[in-house]
Amino acid sequence: MKALAWHGKHDVRIDNVPDPEIVNPRDCIIKVTSTAICGSDLHLYDGYIPTMQKGDILGHEFMGEVIEVGAKSTLKKGQRVVVPFTIACGSCYHCGKHQYSACPNGLPADNQDIAQELYGHEMSGLFGYSHMTGGYAGGQAEYVRVPFSDVGPIVIPDGVPDDKVLFLSDILPTGWQAAEYAQIEPGDTVAVWGCGPVGLFAVQSAFLMGAERVIAIDHFPHRLELAKRFGAETINFEESATYEALMEMTGGIGPDAVIDAVGLEAHGLFVDNVIDQIKASTFLGTDRPHSIRQAIIACRKGGRVSMPAVYGGFVDKFPLGAFMEKGLTLKTGQTHVQHYMPALLNAIMEDKIDTEFLISHRMPLEQAPKGYEMFKNNQNEVTKVVLKPGMTMAA
Amino acid sequence: MTQPDDDAPAATAKRGDSAAAVTAGLVDGHGSSAVGRSVTINRSPADLYRYFRDFANLPSFMENIASIVVTDDVRSHWVVKAPAGATVEWDARVTEDEPDRLIAWTTEPGADVPNSGRIEFRPAGDRGTVVTATIAYDPPAGIVGKVIAKLFQREPAIQARRDLRRFKQLMETGEVATPAMNPKQFEEMGL
Repeated sequence: MKALAWHGKHDVRIDNVPDPEIVNPRDCIIKVTSTAICGSDLHLYDGYIPTMQKGDILGHEFMGEVIEVGAKSTLKKGQRVVVPFTIACGSCYHCGKHQYSACPNGLPADNQDIAQELYGHEMSGLFGYSHMTGGYAGGQAEYVRVPFSDVGPIVIPDGVPDDKVLFLSDILPTGWQAAEYAQIEPGDTVAVWGCGPVGLFAVQSAFLMGAERVIAIDHFPHRLELAKRFGAETINFEESATYEALMEMTGGIGPDAVIDAVGLEAHGLFVDNVIDQIKASTFLGTDRPHSIRQAIIACRKGGRVSMPAVYGGFVDKFPLGAFMEKGLTLKTGQTHVQHYMPALLNAIMEDKIDTEFLISHRMPLEQAPKGYEMFKNNQNEVTKVVLKPGMTMAA
Repeated sequence: MTQPDDDAPAATAKRGDSAAAVTAGLVDGHGSSAVGRSVTINRSPADLYRYFRDFANLPSFMENIASIVVTDDVRSHWVVKAPAGATVEWDARVTEDEPDRLIAWTTEPGADVPNSGRIEFRPAGDRGTVVTATIAYDPPAGIVGKVIAKLFQREPAIQARRDLRRFKQLMETGEVATPAMNPKQFEEMGL
C-alpha cells in the first residue's frame, strides 16, 4: 500500500509498504477514506518529537471502512468508522474511569520505559506519533491496523459524509475537553490562545457550555475571522498588546477561564519566546511555552486554566508565583477521545457543532508531502488539509 | 525496611545490600542482585494465581523464555534466552505455594543463573490485585555480565518490569500490545 512516511526533519515521503494484517484478536483493518494532517503532526515534521525512526507512518486523524475483523472485534465488514487517536483497551482501571489516554494496555511493554523515565508513568498508545507512544503505523495510509476495535472506533450512520465526522478522531473532542476543563460557568468570559482547529472547536464548545463571551487570540487574520464567525471577539497579538487588551475588555478583571491551544511551538517575537526558541534549537530546553505563561498572567484571580496544547518536556520561567498567588486551577492532558465521541457525534448530527468549515484543502494521499509543506508555510489560509486515498490527482 | 522510620520495600533501598534483605525473606533464597516490582492488575487474585501457577503459561508474556517444561507438581525446567543468541538453563523448585496468595521458587544446584524469588497477589479492592515480583539472582559472569545483558536488554530488572506489564495487558485485555503490522513482523519483534 501507499503510506506517508517520516524520513527526517521536513522530509516526508509516500512509500510503498506491505499492507497491514490482523495481529491480535481484537484488531480490525480499515481502508482509509479520509485522513487529516494535524497541527501536532507539524511537531514531528519540524523535528521536535524524539524517538522517531525513518519510515514511520504518520497520521492519527483518520476514518474509513472496515475490511477485516479479528475474532474478538465487534465491528462488521463494510461499516464506516472514525478511529480515536488514543489506543485504549476499555477494560483497565483508567478506562473504567474514562481516562482513556492514561490506558497502559495499548502501549507495548518495551516502549513504556521511555515515558516512565520521562513522565514517571506510561501513557496510552497513539497512532503514528513516535516510538515513545508505541511506534504504531498511522492513518495517512491506504490501510491501517486498528487495535481494540471493539471499544475504540465509532460507527458512522450511512449517508453522513466523512468531512462532517472525521474530526471526532482528535481535534473536536480535544477542543471540547479543553472547554470542559475550563469549568465554564454561565456569564463567564473565556480567552482562547490559538485559533487553530483545537482553538476554534474550543470557541464553539465554550459557547455551548454557557460562556457569555469568548475572546480568541491569534495573529493569522483568516483564523481570527473564523473565530469571529462563531461569535468570538478577537485580539490580533501583532496589532494589540494581549494582556492589556484582555484587561480592558474585561473591565480590569481578566478572563474567568483561559485556554492554551497553542503549545510547544508558539509564534511571535516576544523576548521569552525568542530565548525559548534558541534554547530549543540547541536542546537546552524542549518547549516554547509563551502562550501558557501569558494565559496564567492574564487569568483572573481564582480562575481556571485549561491546557489542551501539547507540551513534551521541560520549561523554565513558568510563572509559578502568579499561579499560586492568584489561586488558579489547571486542568490538562491528552484527550480521552473515546469518552466524548458518542455525544459529539450526536451534536454534529443535530447541527449544534460545525465541523466542515475547517477544511481548506482536500487532496489525494499521494500529495501528502505537498500538504505538509503548505500547512507548515501558510497557516493563515491552510486551516486543515484532508487527504483522500483514491481521490483523483488534481491537475 | 532497614530503618524503623522507613516502610519502603527492601528492593528500593539506596544504600547497602538490598539483595541480602530480599534473600533473607525467601525460603532457600540466594542471589547477589535483587529486583522488586509491583503492578496492579484489574483481575481477582484467584484468576491471576491460577494463570501464573501453570508455568506452561508464562511464555505468553515473558519475552525471554525459550521453553518451560513442568516436570512435577513443584519442579520445572527452564530454558531462557541470554545475550548474543546464547541460552541458559536451570531447574526450579516451588518452595512456597499458597493458593490465590503467593508462589515462591528457588533454583536447584547446577543452575546457569542461580535465582530465587516470590510472586505475591494481594487484593486491591475495586482496582483488582497488586502483583509483586521479588527476584534475587546471580548475574552470569558477575557485574560485567550484568552490564552486557543490559546492553542486550536481557537484564533481569528490565525483563521483570516489562514481563509484568505484559502480564497485566494479557490479563486485562486478552492480548499483548504490539505495533506489528502483520503476524510475521510480530514474530520477528518478539513479545
